[in-house]
Amino acid sequence: MNVNQHTPMAPPYGQPQPGYSHPGYAPLDGGYSGPYAPYNGPASAYQPGAPAQGPTRGPPTSGPPPVSAPQAYNQYSQGNMQNGPPPMTQAPPRPAVSQPYNQGAVNLSGPHSGYPQQYGPQPTMHQVTNQMTGMQITSGPPTPAGPGYVAPRSSQPSISTPYSTAPPPTYTQAPPLTSSAAPQQPHPSGPATSQQYYGGPPPPAQQPFSSSLPPTSQQQFSSGPPPPSQQTFPPSSFSGPVPPPSQAPAPPVSQPQQSFPPTQPPFSSAPPPVGQPAFHSGPPPPVQGSFPPRAPAPSSQPGSFPPPGPPPTSTASGQYPGPMPPQQQHPPSQPSPYHSGPPPLRAQMPPTSMAQSNHLPPGPPGPLGPPGPLQQAPPQPGMQGGYPPQQNGAFGQVRGPQPGYAGPYPGQPNYGTPAPAPAPAPAAQKRLDPDAIPSPIQVIEDDKAKSTEPFTTGVRGQAPPLVTTNFQVKDQGNSSPRFIRCTAYNMPCTADMAKQSQVPMAAVIKPLATLPPDETPPYLVDHGEGGPIRCNRCKAYMCPYMQFIEGGRRFQCGFCSCVTEVPPHYFQHLDHTGKRMDCYDRPELSLGSYEFLATVDYCKNNKIPQPPAFIFLIDVSYNAVKSGMVHIVCQELKTLLDHLPRENPEMDSVVRVGFVTYNKVLHFYNVKSTMAQPQMLVVSDVSDMFVPLLDGFLVNVKESRLVIESLLDQIPEMFADTRETETVFGPVIQAGLEALKAADCAGKLFVFHTSLPIAEAPGKLKNREDKKLIGTDKEKSLFQPQVNFYNTLAKECVAQGCCVDLFLFPSQYVDVATLSVVPVSTGGSVYKYTYFQAQSDQERFLNDLRRDVQNPVGFDAVMRVRTSTGIRATDFFGSFFMSNTTDVELAGLDCDKAITVEFKHDDKLSEETGALMQCAVLYTSCSGQRRLRVHNMAVNCCSQLADLYRNCETDTIINFFSKYAFRGILNNPTKAVRETLINQCAQILACYRKNCANPSSAGQLILPECMKLLPVYLNCVLKSDVLLPGADVSLDDRAYLRQMISCMDVADSHVFFYPRLLPLMKLESGSLPVAVRNSEERLSKGGVYLLETGLHLFLWVGASVQQELLVNIFGTPSFSQIDPSMTSLPELDNPFSQRLREIIDSFRAQRSRYMKLMVVKQEDRSELIFRHFLVEDKSCSGGASYVDFLCHMHKEIRQLLS
Amino acid sequence: MATFPEYIAQNEERDGVRFSWNVWPSSRLEATRMVVPVASLFTPLKERPDLPPIQYEPVLCSRATCRAVLNPLCQVDYRAKLWACNFCYQRNQFPPSYAGISEVNQPAELLPQFSTIEYVVQRGPQMPLVFLYVVDTCMEDEDLQALKESLQMSLSLVPPTALVGLITFGRMVQVHELGCEGISKSYVFRGTKDLNAKQLQEMLGLTKPSANQGRGPQSVQQPLSNRFLQPLQKIDMNLTELLGELQRDPWPVTQGKRPLRSLGVAMSIAVGLLECTFANTGARIMAFLGGPATQGPGMVVGDELKTPIRSWHDIEKDNAKFMKKATKHYESLANRASSNGHVIDLYACALDQTGLLEMKCCANYTGGYVVMADSFNTSLFKQTFQRVFNKDVQGSFKMAFAATLEVKTSREIKVSGAIGPCVSLNAKGPCVSENEIGTGGTCQWKICALDPSSTLALYFEVVNQHNAPIPQGGRGAIQFVTQYQHSSGQKRIRVTTTARNWADAQTQIQNIAASFDQEAAAILMARLAVYRAETEEGPDVLRWLDRQLIRLCQKFGDYHKDDPNSFRFSETFSLYPQFMFHLRRSPFLQVFNNSPDESSYYRHQFNRQDLTQALIMVQPLLYAYSFNGPPEPVLLDSSSILPDRILLMDTFFQILIYHGETVAQWRKAGYQEMSEYENFKHLLQAPDDARSCCTPFPMPRTEHGGSQARFLLSKVNPSQTHNNMFSWGQESGAPILTDDVSLQVFMDHLKKLAVSSAA
Repeated sequence: MNVNQHTPMAPPYGQPQPGYSHPGYAPLDGGYSGPYAPYNGPASAYQPGAPAQGPTRGPPTSGPPPVSAPQAYNQYSQGNMQNGPPPMTQAPPRPAVSQPYNQGAVNLSGPHSGYPQQYGPQPTMHQVTNQMTGMQITSGPPTPAGPGYVAPRSSQPSISTPYSTAPPPTYTQAPPLTSSAAPQQPHPSGPATSQQYYGGPPPPAQQPFSSSLPPTSQQQFSSGPPPPSQQTFPPSSFSGPVPPPSQAPAPPVSQPQQSFPPTQPPFSSAPPPVGQPAFHSGPPPPVQGSFPPRAPAPSSQPGSFPPPGPPPTSTASGQYPGPMPPQQQHPPSQPSPYHSGPPPLRAQMPPTSMAQSNHLPPGPPGPLGPPGPLQQAPPQPGMQGGYPPQQNGAFGQVRGPQPGYAGPYPGQPNYGTPAPAPAPAPAAQKRLDPDAIPSPIQVIEDDKAKSTEPFTTGVRGQAPPLVTTNFQVKDQGNSSPRFIRCTAYNMPCTADMAKQSQVPMAAVIKPLATLPPDETPPYLVDHGEGGPIRCNRCKAYMCPYMQFIEGGRRFQCGFCSCVTEVPPHYFQHLDHTGKRMDCYDRPELSLGSYEFLATVDYCKNNKIPQPPAFIFLIDVSYNAVKSGMVHIVCQELKTLLDHLPRENPEMDSVVRVGFVTYNKVLHFYNVKSTMAQPQMLVVSDVSDMFVPLLDGFLVNVKESRLVIESLLDQIPEMFADTRETETVFGPVIQAGLEALKAADCAGKLFVFHTSLPIAEAPGKLKNREDKKLIGTDKEKSLFQPQVNFYNTLAKECVAQGCCVDLFLFPSQYVDVATLSVVPVSTGGSVYKYTYFQAQSDQERFLNDLRRDVQNPVGFDAVMRVRTSTGIRATDFFGSFFMSNTTDVELAGLDCDKAITVEFKHDDKLSEETGALMQCAVLYTSCSGQRRLRVHNMAVNCCSQLADLYRNCETDTIINFFSKYAFRGILNNPTKAVRETLINQCAQILACYRKNCANPSSAGQLILPECMKLLPVYLNCVLKSDVLLPGADVSLDDRAYLRQMISCMDVADSHVFFYPRLLPLMKLESGSLPVAVRNSEERLSKGGVYLLETGLHLFLWVGASVQQELLVNIFGTPSFSQIDPSMTSLPELDNPFSQRLREIIDSFRAQRSRYMKLMVVKQEDRSELIFRHFLVEDKSCSGGASYVDFLCHMHKEIRQLLS
Repeated sequence: MATFPEYIAQNEERDGVRFSWNVWPSSRLEATRMVVPVASLFTPLKERPDLPPIQYEPVLCSRATCRAVLNPLCQVDYRAKLWACNFCYQRNQFPPSYAGISEVNQPAELLPQFSTIEYVVQRGPQMPLVFLYVVDTCMEDEDLQALKESLQMSLSLVPPTALVGLITFGRMVQVHELGCEGISKSYVFRGTKDLNAKQLQEMLGLTKPSANQGRGPQSVQQPLSNRFLQPLQKIDMNLTELLGELQRDPWPVTQGKRPLRSLGVAMSIAVGLLECTFANTGARIMAFLGGPATQGPGMVVGDELKTPIRSWHDIEKDNAKFMKKATKHYESLANRASSNGHVIDLYACALDQTGLLEMKCCANYTGGYVVMADSFNTSLFKQTFQRVFNKDVQGSFKMAFAATLEVKTSREIKVSGAIGPCVSLNAKGPCVSENEIGTGGTCQWKICALDPSSTLALYFEVVNQHNAPIPQGGRGAIQFVTQYQHSSGQKRIRVTTTARNWADAQTQIQNIAASFDQEAAAILMARLAVYRAETEEGPDVLRWLDRQLIRLCQKFGDYHKDDPNSFRFSETFSLYPQFMFHLRRSPFLQVFNNSPDESSYYRHQFNRQDLTQALIMVQPLLYAYSFNGPPEPVLLDSSSILPDRILLMDTFFQILIYHGETVAQWRKAGYQEMSEYENFKHLLQAPDDARSCCTPFPMPRTEHGGSQARFLLSKVNPSQTHNNMFSWGQESGAPILTDDVSLQVFMDHLKKLAVSSAA
């Protein structure tokens, strides 16, 4: 698995501290710094410490690298500090932890600053990745070397050296810079060295680095040029590199450590930052100045140090990149920022000061221990003075140390000793290299590469490929992952284990999922008049888990072990293996998913159901007419009615249709085929709804076509001049419900609604949107329905099998939280088109409507999940209604709806038999046939936690967590929900660290291979609009998302939380370009990117995009001529355009909702919206960046571990 | 002086008034001893084609409490241009327009022959007629088809300017919006929930935008139509189509159930709709019922077929659980409608009862028609319905709307009340008696619908004290002022002033006795009895009626005490006991063999028809056709039933043609087909021809012999029964199998009681 080297880092620090041989340390520092940095970084980011870092942060985006570099220096120094302070750091961090987040959220700058630091630390990142890789390789942490990775230890050392070298350089550079910043003298010395280095090293890719930290680093780099790539993976070597850093810092070590503490302090409390600033202020007056020195150091250096400066500038950027693969990207951007306005950025960002502070603190803190004070007083002096030397020394040492480190690291002695204390500290201080932390893209791509064979479900406990992977499924006795995905395919045997691990045991079930054309849909099995054969006791349906005994005369239930007689007509002899002879002839004995034909006993009231009906209820109030909605719906229905769902495409659909329009009153339409013209029946008594007609309301489309068309033509006309603005809503649903009741059938209501129902009627609502409540304990009430009326109504709907789909066209607050109660409880969907405009939104709406109408759908469904003894389905999430604790009732169930089921132990499971679950859904098909769809799933059970962690699926866990959290906000303050999530996640990871990972320093972040993306995804959940709304996110939007997530399957929730970002610079037919990570840093100004969230589709166009691309895509050579309001791309006759549109179409086809295309031009206003989906970055609503969050998570884990 | 019968006939002809007494006892005490009260039958719109249209407004007495209209009985001082009110003796100045008045130049209202005169008021807007059809759709297709045709036919009879509206009901109530193009619209209401006018107004979107009010003159001209009531000329085609498309109520009716019929709510909505759009304007709600209300307010029976609709038996046992509530519902509707001047007609066509008992007040209070038939697909309904739209010689509908009748009396007499299709307006005044009879306590009544035969019974009380003798030659005067909306939309005022002599009962009893109008008295007493029967127990009414008869006999009979054989009645009283005999047997007082609906129906008709028709109802006419001579009226007696006769009985409600045994055999043998027996063919046809020329309303049934003979047998006086058949020998008549007493027995008992000193 991947062990984040953080831990190792820490240890190294610790080691350095103890055994600080300068040389050794120095290198260590370098390496450590890297790792630490990440930790610190995040920490700092979160914490006040952030400020200092923050500033750097700011720059980071544009030109993080430079900043980071300086920070890195600081970190180093800090790293040194840490050695001393580690213990301190640890303590502080914890308390800080929570605060940090807040602070982090609040102080963007803080985190930013952290970032820079992290960047600096990139090495840490590497370490992390190294660890990760290591983790991967060996299931246990110890032998980190993943399969792919080189032998961990052995390689580590070697690698580490290079790394260490690399980092050190940066550090060294930084120091110089810092020194330069504060005391010029240092600069000279530093610069000098650097310059020298530069002079020499510049050429290499490292140049950039060299520029800043150049000399040393370069050297190191040069020695280990592989770094970049290695760095990314270095993980394996991580330990190696890490140590080096620590070592490098060694001399500084003490300082670094100290510095760490400081960072930690910041985390813990605001003071740190303050302290830092103070420090900075002192030295920095400089803040900017100081910064400039640093960041500019490279860049500015040029100026100050002509020699180094010039080369550095350019190189600087380059150099940075060089060292850190990720950085490389940054560098480019960074450079510019730096150059252009490094000062401003720094100035802006307290971080700059932070950086300084960092630097400063390191010195003093190291010794002092207490971050705050230490930092302030000692830091400056010590720092400045010390830094240069340290750095120098470090650097120098670095080289030496690194090798040495490698040794130490592997041995981990250093870690071991210092680990605990130092680990945390270092992490915090150093800036993580985004490329070094687990990359979702990498994981997705790896999985794709791995999954070339069809996935067979026959093997119990085998985790399927990721949802992002295209794969074929062969049903061999367990359900396809398209139907059921589990969080864990190895369930803990006991409740204690489960509790200890905190890994949720849940399954996401999508009972009617659509299968790709190359997979067979579930077979239909008819057991005759007696109905499906079931276990006598638990009523489980015949399935492959039933064991036939006594020559086939009886079978033993796999769920409850009860023995049941085989009915004579079902008897079959067994073969020599004890299998029934007809095993492979019967789907229910050989497959995971199949359907039974239900008998009349399975029907409501013991009556064969009537074919279902669709009722269209259209708001015709002023707003609806004006927005064009009424017209569009009526036009569309004319053709759409030919495509009602049917099972046999040859036949006409048996679904009947009815029409209602409404504003303050309801208008029913009699469209009986025998009538010359439609008849409108107005019901104005909305307080007591009823259906005014029976015959002629629900009709067969074919028979009444003429009348229906006449009606649909007339509706827009009739209400063209309406002045009625008030609407009702409750009675509308009641009307549909009553109509279905009267017709004695199940069905679906399509409600097209525009406004808050304020007209006097049951279910009348008032505007309660109150932004002031957001963030308070009362916030939860905004997600609860305003009145109880709709809950009652929903209950009645479910009883009748009346599913409600709601299409909203609001122009202001409509209280989605309340209006969606019925759709959500009846298995329906809510669609929202805010500020609907016919021209731009028509396509999206119509596609959604078409899909919604045509989708195969089941009615009047009841789902029950049976499990083998030992576990029990305890909780359900999704769009449905439950009147008891076991039966999930769905008035309607379409192919997009997923239900998440949580399981809990009620006894012990055995490894031998595993855990079985059977999900049976009884429903009425769209042809009116009563059926039972059965999905079976068997997973392994384990008594070793390691097994559990080895067979988890993060995407599913996230799906579960998001649903769990989104339901949680109904009853708890949002903040509490977020914290709960973080805690649970931390516990999961901590449990792994504690029980499964190879022993390593506590400062090391070690993530299980299967869950290495958990932090990044969890962060996406945490910063989603629902849990952390920005100022511009309306309450309706949040409620809307909340309900939508509740029934999402894993694939949808995955892309929703971690959108897909495709670079479009080169398109090949047949394959998609490899996605890039959701961070602004990954966007190239000269490129075009496509971002898909499952709800939105953005085409981002860089400001300096190549003309050729523009011409190919938009047919215009000018960036300024792109019309940002276009919703579809022009159809150009060139392969690129065709392929791009093909890709867009295929994306749309994959999702249950049509995604409207938005063209976003870089630096346009709309880019803000786009940026919101760059989920690895810090969000404008205060969400942490991935790096920050990872560091925070690490801190949490460490706290748990200690 | 002409004889009293001539005088009476003349008065009726000219004024439409028949008094029980044409000379009035001069004191309260004496008056009460007359047994039959001083009362009159008044037909406000008595057809008077000869009346000149008076295009100005009446001149009123200036006394605020009087306001009597100038009339021929007033004393006029032509020189001073003064007139003295003959009711309050107030002296009034003629208005300036009468400046040219003189003995030779008298306005019409002062001419004696114009004791009844009609003023046409020019002011005020001309209101269009409003017809609102309320149509039941829960009926057999055949019935519905017939009804639809009748309704469509009626559209050709309604003037094009009239506003028409359509409400249909079954399980739901639909108010149809008229004149929609391309789509037919209707507002639907659930049949189980009553709505008040305001709710209805909101739900139908009839609320007038208040913003309009400030807009000045334009808003004054309020549109006289709305989406639901529109001029026929505008929506003729649309409505015809709409009626053509009417379908039977589509809601399924399961085996053993009645269809759910929301009659109560439909009526309520009809009333509410007119209430909020045409208050105080004449309007006609015509409700066509195919069965009883089975749900919602006003339901009279549940939808379970196994539970039959209430019978008199149930009512007596207090077993009719819906009756009281339903009655209350319809009463409140009737009150609302009548206070707004709206008429409710009930056309109930079903084999079973439809709840007329509960709904009777709707028609009774508003003067609406009630028609009861077995099916809409009968000529009875079709022709009767057509006659609603009959026109008079001037081409106007024979219907008037929103009338008020005011009665003014001389000081010596006061009005006690009225019985007829009217409601009280609660107008207190000096001429209102403290004793209430019928609808009393007021001198003004609202009569929402009037036709030329609508007749009210008005009861008076002589209040002059015994010790305050009226001077010789003094006359008591009564003025009837009827304001109404003519079918042309005009407002008209008809004034009838009449006077009768006073006589001292002690000295001039013969005069008084001679002035007795036994026909009018019989009907006036019958109305009283029916009124009592509606409100009291049946037997008590009969006893009361008997007692009154006995007292009358005692008072005006000529006999020796305790000698029944000596009893003689003067000619003016001679028929009275016989009327009472038939009245006692009539369905107005006897509920046996009649359903509650039928009783209500009969009583309704009896209470509104004029004297002639009422008398026929009490004592049907019987005509005999035979080879022996021209058709002749014969006694309503079993002795009139002879084998070689064809009898035609007119009971007002039905016309029955009865073939005597021999005639029936001849007919069976087909003699009428043979040319040599053409005279027999003519004989058979004669009654049919006669029947077609009588035009009472509603159209009576025609029954040919056979099982329908029971109607004849139940009406005739059972002079021969199985009990006395042999004593009468076999020479004539047909015995009736009944235990009812015959007229002979009745008279014997009456005489005995009358002369008994013990009574």
